[in-house]
Amino acid sequence: MTAAQTKVRLATVWLDGCSGCHMSLLDTDERLIALAQRVTVVWGPLVDAKEFPENVDVTLVEGAVSSEEDLHRIRLVRARTKILVTLGDCAITGNVSAMRNNFGANAVLKRAYLENATLDAQIPRQVIPPLLAIARPVHEFVPVDVFVPGCPPPADLIFSVLSDLLEGKMPNPAAKFG
Amino acid sequence: MSPRAPIRVKTLTIDGRECGARGDQTILEVARENNIFIPTLCNLPGLSNAGACRLCIVEVKGVNKLLPACVTHVSEGMEVTVNSERLAKFRRGILELVFAERNHVCSVCVTNGHCDLQSMALTLGMTHVHFPYQYPRMPVDASHERFVVDHNRCILCARCVRVCDEIEGAHTWDIMSRGVECRVITDLAQPWGQSESCTGCGKCVQVCPTGALSEKGKSVAEMSKRRQFLPYLTLMREGRR
Repeated sequence: MTAAQTKVRLATVWLDGCSGCHMSLLDTDERLIALAQRVTVVWGPLVDAKEFPENVDVTLVEGAVSSEEDLHRIRLVRARTKILVTLGDCAITGNVSAMRNNFGANAVLKRAYLENATLDAQIPRQVIPPLLAIARPVHEFVPVDVFVPGCPPPADLIFSVLSDLLEGKMPNPAAKFG
Repeated sequence: MSPRAPIRVKTLTIDGRECGARGDQTILEVARENNIFIPTLCNLPGLSNAGACRLCIVEVKGVNKLLPACVTHVSEGMEVTVNSERLAKFRRGILELVFAERNHVCSVCVTNGHCDLQSMALTLGMTHVHFPYQYPRMPVDASHERFVVDHNRCILCARCVRVCDEIEGAHTWDIMSRGVECRVITDLAQPWGQSESCTGCGKCVQVCPTGALSEKGKSVAEMSKRRQFLPYLTLMREGRR
């Protein structure tokens, strides 16, 4: 077995979130170097791959399920991941992403693309995936194994969760929402 | 004969520990005196007990249903269980329902980091909410000169109602409707700014456990509550009687 095969296959997924949770992961700073020795990042916002890979050991999911694309993706991710970790409040509670739920998707699109547009105001129908009626937490669609709360979760918390997972332990993060 | 009723001492056990209590005490009071933790959100020492949040439910031997410790008086030989798997599960369930019923978005709340509800989620080990969130559309009333009521954050603990009635003596606050329609109101459901009974003392804001009542001008995480006045006022009034 080569070194690459013994490494933990790690993926990170960015659904409807602000990327703050990914930023917080990067805030683990120099510890990332040690982490990189033990994992292969097989998928993430900056990984150039066409499709979410098979046989992923750990996937961190940031963001709520907000569009048809999110829903399609989270089901694929769940099917191909051993341990699914929801990272941050949007993935766990809906958080800010779900604040649109009171108003409805149409009102949000109208506000963003018509009322606030200065040039060529139109609601996009192509390329951008259609919004679901409401944004919902990940666990309402697929089973989740670990919940890491916070907006964003502190870097130390993410690091301790990842360290536990790399050692084969199931983490039980005690941290507050918000 | 003394005008006061003679004190009757009761003995009971809480989680197997023998405790002595006065007959007029509640299970919650006795547990606190004995450093036994029972989670609560609506209870606040200095105010009457409402039994509103139900987090303080306990098991009493020989009683089929769970009883709220804050409004259940002790009796002789009572065997109370405060910590059990079953109670922990129900308490988490109650807390999750509170979160699911309104829009408690901690990250953008004025009381983020100073909130009793947020802390309680951590204390009770609530990892996520198993019930579907309701996302109700709730009003925010900012008509008062200095304060705001945000119904999205309200847990209907009725602390505001009690402090206004029992301590300030104004009874501006009350609760209207039932079930998910339930809402705290000022006067006869008029905008707070138009309330004729409100003295503007702000006690309701300080006792509110969440960001439902806050001072104007506070941004995210800036509103921490100051409750020191409550035991002081209660003590002074009891002394005067």
